[in-house]
Parts: sequence; structure tokens; C-alpha cells
Amino acid sequence: MDRMPVWADVVLIPLISLLLAAVLSAVAIWAIGENPWEAFSLMVDGALMRSSGWGYTLYYATNFIFTGLAVSVAFHAKLFNIGGEGQAVIGSLGVALCCLFIPWPHWTLALLGSTLGAALFGALWALIPAYLQAARGSHIVITTIMFNFIAAAFLNYVLVNLLRPVGAMEPASATFPDATHLPTFRDIFAGGEGVLFRGAPANVTFFVALAACVLVWLLIWRTKLGYEIRSQGNSESGAKYAGISPFRIIIVAMLISGALSGLMGINVTQGEAERLILNSAEGAGFIGIAVALMGRNHPVGVLLASILFGFLYQGGAELAMWTSIPRELIVVIQALVILFTGAMDNIVRWPLERVFMALRKEG
Amino acid sequence: MTAPASETTQPAIELKGISKAFGPVQANKDISIRVMPGTIHGIIGENGAGKSTLMSILYGFYKADAGEIFINGEKTQINDSQDAIAAGIGMVFQHFKLVENFSVVENIILGAEEGASLRPSISKARKSLKQLAEEYEMHVDPDALIEHLSVGHQQRVEILKALYREANILILDEPTGVLTPAEADHLFRILDNLRREGKTIILITHKLREIMEITDTVSVMRRGQMTATVKTAETSPEELAELMVGRKVLLRVDKKPATPGDVVLSVKDLKVVDDKGVERVKGISFDIRRGEILGLAGVAGNGQSELMHVLGGIMDGTGEITMLGAELPLSGKGSDGAARRAASIGNVPEDRQREGLIMEFTAWENTVFGYHRDPQWQKGPLMDNAAIQKEAAAKMERFDVRPPDPNLKAKSFSGGNQQKVVLAREIERNPDLLLVGQPTRGVDIGAIEFIHQEIVRLRDAGKAILLVSVELDEIMSLSDRIAVMFDGQIMGFRDPNETDERELGLLMAGISGEPATEDFKAVEENMAAVEQGEAPKHG
Repeated sequence: MDRMPVWADVVLIPLISLLLAAVLSAVAIWAIGENPWEAFSLMVDGALMRSSGWGYTLYYATNFIFTGLAVSVAFHAKLFNIGGEGQAVIGSLGVALCCLFIPWPHWTLALLGSTLGAALFGALWALIPAYLQAARGSHIVITTIMFNFIAAAFLNYVLVNLLRPVGAMEPASATFPDATHLPTFRDIFAGGEGVLFRGAPANVTFFVALAACVLVWLLIWRTKLGYEIRSQGNSESGAKYAGISPFRIIIVAMLISGALSGLMGINVTQGEAERLILNSAEGAGFIGIAVALMGRNHPVGVLLASILFGFLYQGGAELAMWTSIPRELIVVIQALVILFTGAMDNIVRWPLERVFMALRKEG
Repeated sequence: MTAPASETTQPAIELKGISKAFGPVQANKDISIRVMPGTIHGIIGENGAGKSTLMSILYGFYKADAGEIFINGEKTQINDSQDAIAAGIGMVFQHFKLVENFSVVENIILGAEEGASLRPSISKARKSLKQLAEEYEMHVDPDALIEHLSVGHQQRVEILKALYREANILILDEPTGVLTPAEADHLFRILDNLRREGKTIILITHKLREIMEITDTVSVMRRGQMTATVKTAETSPEELAELMVGRKVLLRVDKKPATPGDVVLSVKDLKVVDDKGVERVKGISFDIRRGEILGLAGVAGNGQSELMHVLGGIMDGTGEITMLGAELPLSGKGSDGAARRAASIGNVPEDRQREGLIMEFTAWENTVFGYHRDPQWQKGPLMDNAAIQKEAAAKMERFDVRPPDPNLKAKSFSGGNQQKVVLAREIERNPDLLLVGQPTRGVDIGAIEFIHQEIVRLRDAGKAILLVSVELDEIMSLSDRIAVMFDGQIMGFRDPNETDERELGLLMAGISGEPATEDFKAVEENMAAVEQGEAPKHG
């Protein structure tokens, strides 16, 4: 028998966890001599009260949606893909190659091309750890995390030795051609003129991310492949009984996961920087793990958790800009959120289950 | 039957008004029993009737919501297992709690060591082991490692552990589930000896035969309540079954003689090597015909599981299997579960929770598990969930799955109802060959009757059935032909009408042909030799 209603599991627990994280964060801010209430208002004001704040929040959220979905898909097959960061870096390289070397007539086609490029590169980067896991039993956590370092070093090499324009000092590629410029929210909602979303990097990739949420939902809960992925994730012996090949599921799930991570490259590289730079994944690969944990590996949960983390990122930047609260404290707050929503889930769950069981007994 | 003369008329254990609830589930409701010293008291009931909860309360794992425990007439608080041991209660669990790579004597003193140095406790334990062994016919090599012992011997170590701690009251939870008939007989002789010495024994079981054979009194539990306590001599299996289930139950399988037709499956010289490189099936051959149930008897771990896995496409093997005239590959392409299903082989696996079902999936998702690729469940690129749900509801109704809610997760159903979900899925596909492994393991008596009827019905429809079970009763009553497996080989085929449990028991222990003597002692010695030697262990 289920111990508590579904709504309590998906709404109440994350909310209470967040509240606990907020309270502890407030204590931390208070302890360094700042006013927690002012800090919190500043974060909300900077991230949510103005359209440009939203423009940043949603820009970060776009990254987290892709990497969060990537972790979720792999997790449904019980594969812990920690390699989102590396897959995103290589995905960005795919985007850059698409944009730099193919003369696109219009941004829509360029977006289509870079989507394919990013997904392909990300998937290929995930393929090697996937194969090692499926064929050799090398643990995917170890291999994917090592591949993050290889990806970073590889990108460094490519930028310094191959893509850097002649004479440039910076390890970055040339700026992409204008035809590949993706419409930002300002272009879309303010015709590129008004104050709406001024200066904010959120762009059309956000809608690609929303589409990815829908597609992942369909894949996991409505298709034969999703059924097989979930079977394998729940019971490998069961999957074998049903004639589902664990080898195939590991490979396919990791390819999809890698492709989703790779798609993040569109947002950062083509949408914002418009050239390939070092550290193009901005740590979003790791945030994706927290997002998937908090979002219970469900696309709707991932979407909401991504927006929350987008808010924390943007609100944190505001804090660092306007107060003497060091930027590191934002990392502390993010860590608390991850700790309470992910790792210490049971601290909230157990007492709450007891409350619901007591209520049911009386009712 | 009669308790040996004891000084006191105080019951050894008395429970008064024990109640325990887990959330909305009332696991035990106002339960009272009295067990006199020097008797064996049976507690029988279906899965989930509350037997284990009651014993866990007595052993201090759970705290009762209400009620009192009296040991030898004294009111006793049992808050944890230490209290229980101090009160002279010992418990032998269904799943042994032994350290596999410790020796027998090390396991015996574990938790009862005296002082920092082990030497004195070990020599003390050695001495008392010897004494106990002679007193109760429980010989075990004190220096043997647990992992090298047979299951029957491991159980003996568990009992010795309790006796070493001077337990006067011994609780055994489903002790014969893992034993051969001969081992079970030996266990009952040990229990009889213990009773004679004045020990009090509580035996939890769902096997009516054992209750009738060994107990003095028996309590029946149903849905958390004690429905009756009777003297064993004054009751019958039929009456107990009725008390357990709450309605009349058919204990024998009602079936017509088989009329075997053409050969459906032919197995020739099949060999299976497991992933540790051990040869589990050592070249076996047999045929199964239409309208026939071939029962595969044997102690768990003698190659039956591997045989079923190869036939079901889960493991690789070598040799030759022919299904309806077509040879099936035993490894590589076309040898997986999907290919076997396409060849019209249905598979009710031995381990329904790890293989037959995905416990986190809903019942409706499970009703197509393994058949989810069928075109009839597809709608364009997606799965036709509405059609699957509709079919699931119909199947659950036909097989009387309770509760009939397709949206419940598989793990929320009882063992019997989980098995019905698997059976419904496999039988309704109308396969030419059905593999059935342990169809009634962990299944209530009421559901057993239904499951047996469904298997016989499929046979009567002209299908071939391969049945694997460790329950000899089940093999004897369901099969039209019995093959006995031992150590990866078939020891022989028998007609169920012309054999008995003793003969099958000998074959299961690897002794073929007629025994030289009917004297059971000699047989027992043979068995012991086999156990000490290369008897395969499962797990």
C-alpha cells in the first residue's frame, strides 16, 4: 500500500525540503552579518521581478533542462550518467562546427543543423562509456566522469590549435556568421527594440528545451523503447526474461542521454556566445544531476527544478553584484537545496509518511 | 500428543490480547494463545495472515500496540531480541542468519562471546556442541565453514545456536521450505527429541502435512485473527484448510488421466554452464507431448532453474532442442526470450518478483511484459496503452486477481495475486509449451487450487507443460510423468501413480534404483554422505 498520496510525494516533499534549505541558507547569511530577508528580496527582485531577470533565469534553466533530462533518461535505465558536462562540451563543438563551416541561409535551418550536430556529438561522446559498461562492465559513473576531463582537455586543444583565428590571443573560435544568430527573447517579444528582456541571453533554444521535455515524456512513458528502458532500470533479470537485451538498452539509453546533454551546446554556444569558448558547459552538466534528483526524473519535475536552479543562479549573480555577500555563498545555498531535495529526502519523507498514516488511521 | 510430566501446569508461553497495526492494516488483532511446556504448537495460516508479525512481537522485533506476554507464568516485557534470548526464546528464521565464511563454532558463539579472547568461549562451545549433538542427534562438524554445509546442516547450526544460548522455547519459521523430504524428516526427529527433553516449540508453517505430523496443538490464523486453536489429534487437514481460507478447499487436484499426443518439445543432450564456469546441467534429454504435464522434481539448485532459463531464452546452453519440429538456437541470435515467445513457449518463471514481473510497474503494464512488442499493442510510434489497459482489466477479471485494479503496482499485490497476473499473461497467449516454475511458492491455499486448475485446463486443451517445483506434493498431484533431477542430471522418470515420496526422495538425493534396505537409517547415512560430498548448494 502506498504510504501517502501522490500529490504529497511530488508537491509537498519538495516544498518542505526547499523551505528547510531556505531557512538554513538564511542562517548562513545571517551568520556572516548580512540580512537574510534583504538578500532574499534582492534575489527575487533580480531574477523574477523584471523581464531581463527572467531572461537570465530562463537562459540558465534551458541549460539545466537539457542536462536534467539527460540524467533522467539514463536513470530510468539505472545508469548514472555523470558525464553531462563532457557531453555538453563536445555537443558545443558540434554546434560550432555546424555554424562555422556550413553556410546556412536562415537561422531556422541553422538551428536544425546545429541541433543535429549537437545531438550527434553528445551521443558519440556518451557511446564510448556506454559500450565499456555494456560489453566490459566498466562502471559508467567512473568512465563518464573521466570523460568529462578528456572532453575539457580535448576542447582546449581544438580551440588553441585548430579553431582559434589567426592572430587571436584568446582560446576561442571565430564568431559565428550572422545567419546563424538565434532570435533572443528580446527579438521575439519586443521586436528587438523595446525594453522587454533587454540584454538577457534567453533565446529560442528555450522552446527547443520545452519540446525536448514533451519528447522525453513520450519516449519514457508512451513508447516501446521507453517501456524497455524502464524494465531494464527496474530489474535486469526481468528484462532478460522478457527478451530485452541489456546491451542494447545501455547503449541506446546512453546515446539518448548524451544527445540531450549535447543539445545544451546550442543554448550557450549558438544562442549566447555565438562562438565556441572554453568551459562552454558552465557546470550545467553537474547541476543536471541535482535537477533530475529533485524533479524525480520526470520531465515536468525537471522543468520546474530547472527554473528553480535558474533562479538561484541569476539571483546569486545579483547578490554578488549588489551586496558584500561573496559569490561562494550562492554555492552554499545551491548545495543546501541539493542536499535537502536530493540526498536527505528521507528526513522530510519519514515524518510526513507518519503524519499521513496517522491521519488515515483516524479517517 | 501428551505432554511429558512436568512439575508445573503453567504454560511456557502465554500471549494475551496481542494487537498490532501497521498504519491502516491490522496485522494482529486481539490474539491469545497458551503453549504448554514440552509441546509442539503449530501456527498455520495463509501468507499475510499475521503469523510472522506475531512471532516478531514475541522475539522483540516489533512492539505490540496492546496485549501482554507471559513466559512461564511471569509477565515479561520483550523490547528487543536480547530480552527474548534472556527469556529463553530462540528463533530460527526462514532465511538463516549465519556468517557464511565463519566456521560452525564461530557462528555458535557469535554474539555470546565471553571476554576479549575467543579461545575460552570457543573451547566451551566445542564441548557443549558435542554434548548437544549427542543428546539431540544433531551432528555437525564444528570446524566446517558454513558455506560448505548443505542447507539442512545450516539449519541445524541455527537450532544449535539457539540451544547454546539455553533457549527453552524455540520458534521455527517455515523450516522445511528449503529441505529435501529426508532432511525434513530428520528435522522432525530433532524436534521430537527436543520435545522429549521438555523444550517448547512453536512451528510456523503453511504445510498442513507437517502440522498433522509433528504438532500437539495447532492455532489457525486468518487476516490477523486467531480463528481456532485445536488439538492436532482431533482435527483433519480438510478442517484446517477450511479454517485457514474460510471456505471449503479442494486439497487434491481434480484431473482426468492424460492423453498424450505428438511431441511438442524434444531436448537432447542439453548442457548448461553458468557464468561462474560451473556445469549446472550435464547433458539431459527428454520429450514432452501435447496434453501432458511433465513434472521436474528435485531439491532447489540441482539444475532445474538453469534448464528453465535455457528453455526460456534467458541463459545459453549447448545441445539440441526442437520445438514442434523446428530446432531452436541455444545461444547467439534468436535465442532470447522474445524468440522463445515467438516459438510459442510461454514462461511462468520460478522467481516472479525478479523475472516474471516488474514490481514497480502497474498491473496493466505487467500484463504485456515480454509481449510488449506485439503489433496489436502498438499505435504508430507509440504503445496503445488504452488497449493494454482494457485487456488487463479483462484478464484480471478472468483470473480473479484481487483487487481487480489494473492501475495498482505489481508490488502492492499479494504473492498469489502476483502469480495470477503472470499466469493470466502467459496462459492467455495459448502457448504450445508452457514452462511453469514454482507456480505456488508463497501463494495462499485458496489461490493454489485455482492455479492448479488453470494448469490442468491448459493441458486438457492439448498443450504441453513443463512443471518445476520443490514441493513434492505438487509434483505428485499435478504431473502425468515425473522426472527427478539431481546434480544436473535426470535420475529417472516415474509414473506418479506408481511411485511414492520415499522413492522420489531417494532419487532427489542422487540415489538411483532400489535401496538395499528399507531401513531409513541406512538411507539417511547415504544422504548424509551425498550432502557432505558434492551436493550442489543453491544461492
